[in-house]
Amino acid sequence: MKTKIFSLFLIFTFSIIFFVFYKGLQNTNIYTPETKSEIKIPNFETKEFFSKDKINSDQIFIGSDYYLLNIWASWCVPCKEEHKYLMDLSKKENIKIIGQNYKDNFDNAKNFLINLDNPYDLIFFDNDGTIAIEWGAYGVPETFLIKNNLIIKKIIGPLNEKLLSEIKELTQ
Amino acid sequence: MNILKFLVSVTFLIYCFSSDLKAKNLEIEITKNLRCLICQGQSVYDSDSEFANSVKILVEKKLNEGLDEKQIYAYLKNKYGDWILYDPGFSKNTYFLWLLPILMFVFGGAIILKKVILKKKKL
Repeated sequence: MKTKIFSLFLIFTFSIIFFVFYKGLQNTNIYTPETKSEIKIPNFETKEFFSKDKINSDQIFIGSDYYLLNIWASWCVPCKEEHKYLMDLSKKENIKIIGQNYKDNFDNAKNFLINLDNPYDLIFFDNDGTIAIEWGAYGVPETFLIKNNLIIKKIIGPLNEKLLSEIKELTQ
Repeated sequence: MNILKFLVSVTFLIYCFSSDLKAKNLEIEITKNLRCLICQGQSVYDSDSEFANSVKILVEKKLNEGLDEKQIYAYLKNKYGDWILYDPGFSKNTYFLWLLPILMFVFGGAIILKKVILKKKKL
């Protein structure tokens, strides 16, 4: 009797431990403390993707439109997964999608857009990744919703259905 | 005369080299004090992740722009919060963190003191 209780107890404990760790595996391991919610967008100079012309950030984010800045790279697998959501959003009139091409090879990036279509209204380069740091980003993919030069929402990781509807709601 | 020229050029070279080294040292010191946010338990200096490499380049850029150590910390803190610093400053978000060891010390001391006094009384 005693050994039976003991073994049951053991199984119970281990299944709890297994459950906790299994759940924990799926969580993102990036710890992000709460920061000020509305941060002003950074000012930077870069080059436009297709024309290679110099461009300043204040020429990109103009007026009070909604802008969706998406940091992407052709080598980033989750970027491919979230691409369809960006394509969906590109059909919306009141939101401009800006792409930030992160540490990428130009030909690969161009092929990526040819194969999967181009949702971006404008793309600029971030060859050494420093512009991503200026945004306070962690890596690729990462998305920022911007209005009036303020970041109103920051999404770390790929977009999904839920986030898509959230963005649509915010930009109503 | 030639010797003089030689000496001047050597000292000049040493000077250039040492100032370059100084800047590099400061960069290393700063990146050692920054937490790599996407790799656990590593500083930006130790890590070779995309994030850490970009931060290293940015720190170098900011140093070249003439920002000092504190300004760079403040700049990154503004972007990523206190978490990026290994040595967070004393602010209303962190006072508990800083005061906790002192509190523990005082309470621990009080407990020990009480026990000692009790023991003495018994004797």
